[in-house]
Amino acid sequence: MAEERINAEQVKHVAELAKLEFTTEQLTMFTGQLEKIIGMFEDLSKVDTTDVPVTSRVSDRQNALRDDVAVKSNDREALLANAPQAANGLIKVPAIIDESGDGE
Amino acid sequence: MNFFNQDLTSLHADLVSKKITATELTQATFDNLKGTDAKVDAFLNLNEAAALKQAAELDAKGIDPDNLLAGIPVAVKDNIVTKGLTTTAASKMLENFVPVYDATVVEKMQAHDMIIIGKTNLDEFAMGGSTENSAFKTTKNPWDVSRVPGGSSGGSAVAVAAGEVPVAFGSDTGGSIRQPASFNGIVGMKPTYGRVSRWGLIAFGSSLDQIGTMTRNVKDNAAALNIIAGNDVKDGTSSKREVPDFTAGLTGDIKGMKIALPKEYMGDGIDPKVRDVIKAAVKQFEDLGATVEEVSLPHSRYGVPAYYIIASSEASSNLQRFDGIRYGFRADDVKNLEDVYVRSRSEGFGDEVKRRIMLGTFSLSAGYYDAYFHKAGQVRTLIINDFNKVFENYDLIIGPTAPTPAFKLGDEISDPITMYMNDVLTIPVNLAGLPGMSIPAGFADGMPVGLQLIGKSFDESTLYKAGYAFEQATDFHQATPDLGGAH
Repeated sequence: MAEERINAEQVKHVAELAKLEFTTEQLTMFTGQLEKIIGMFEDLSKVDTTDVPVTSRVSDRQNALRDDVAVKSNDREALLANAPQAANGLIKVPAIIDESGDGE
Repeated sequence: MNFFNQDLTSLHADLVSKKITATELTQATFDNLKGTDAKVDAFLNLNEAAALKQAAELDAKGIDPDNLLAGIPVAVKDNIVTKGLTTTAASKMLENFVPVYDATVVEKMQAHDMIIIGKTNLDEFAMGGSTENSAFKTTKNPWDVSRVPGGSSGGSAVAVAAGEVPVAFGSDTGGSIRQPASFNGIVGMKPTYGRVSRWGLIAFGSSLDQIGTMTRNVKDNAAALNIIAGNDVKDGTSSKREVPDFTAGLTGDIKGMKIALPKEYMGDGIDPKVRDVIKAAVKQFEDLGATVEEVSLPHSRYGVPAYYIIASSEASSNLQRFDGIRYGFRADDVKNLEDVYVRSRSEGFGDEVKRRIMLGTFSLSAGYYDAYFHKAGQVRTLIINDFNKVFENYDLIIGPTAPTPAFKLGDEISDPITMYMNDVLTIPVNLAGLPGMSIPAGFADGMPVGLQLIGKSFDESTLYKAGYAFEQATDFHQATPDLGGAH
């Protein structure tokens, strides 16, 4: 078994995938904790799972079909009331590529 | 008033006979709750004005004598959305979130004229076993306020255990109803996956999450499950099976019932005082005419790692929706879209949620998927096979709900693995989608200890039947915490 399961560089990479960022202190803490937890995960390697199928769902339904009938959905104004910023019936966000800010 | 000496049947009789009106009951609930909650902090948000208005309307309409739940005060875990009533999941991310629709279970509560008193505290996004991961407050165990209430449905469990409400709803992904029920000496049911609609439950691990009921006794629990169970077109995983009357069959007679006790549930990792309580419960079941035999669930010990891979992977996917754009927290002074995502998530989520997102993202990432996520799904199959084998010969499985009674606040919060091991006895039930219930079975050093009953898929009725018989023969469920003169 590898002595080092996950290092700070890998944790940083995973954080990027997850759209999270950490301070140096947090990175140290999470690296140590994830190392231990992933070590616990490796217990599973002791289990012989040859030819064992994967279970990903335990519902007794296969498909959930219904008639394609239009129904009233949520009110736009009510939905937008929860948006951090909205204007003219739309959600307002900073410019996607403007690094200097959007002047909002 | 507190609810230590009343059950749903007696409350209903008082409401029907007009000994008390729904308005008076609602007002009395808030009057008592405010004193009690100053000590235990079960609630995040009270619904006082709307509740009193609803109670007045119910009084004008009249209490339906056939509806046991009419006018009954209820608490709802704050990861179940309530239209117009702030729903936070105990996260800074949703601090100001006001849902625009009701969860299906909330619609059903309202259709039965239950009065929603407020929203209860939890571990942020239901991730934790002590409710200490709440971004807003620390809920205390009413049996000893220096101890945790368990989690993640800690607020709902305490609201019932402290006599604030007779019924509360929670959610259970890996033990989040049963473990706090055990820690607080109440009845907590996690129904079969698919028994109750998940529509409006803020998603954590979608193949594991299930809403369930928390009460002071078995019969009340069955009555509460009666009204929330059933198929829902808005949840494609909710079952179309017929929903039986869960209060039927509560006769106290379990002669000939075949009960299995897994040896893995009574092993070294279990506090000897908890084992003693369970041994006494086994004897009680035998005295009631059931047979109890030792069995093996050989893959139990792999439940914790399999669960934390699967639940974290599902969580990392489900929580991608919190991006600072459409609703929820958005960080200040963000310069571009990437900044909105990264800074809003980094500032909005607490450490445990970040840990789960990281574990899930890692387990699903290129190069690790086969060793972790795929493997965990295979082990899940083996855990299900273990249960199926036992259920070929037995009606139900019993054991402890948690390895220990409630631990001290602050003791485990900095050690994730120790915290995760609290779920070792409840997790396999979620992985297999089975119904599981914790009932009060005794005490260890003055703290409640829960007995877990695990049933066949969609056989909640047998759990209620066995739990009721045990309850009739014991008085553990009648014990009440001493809150220093609060009652």
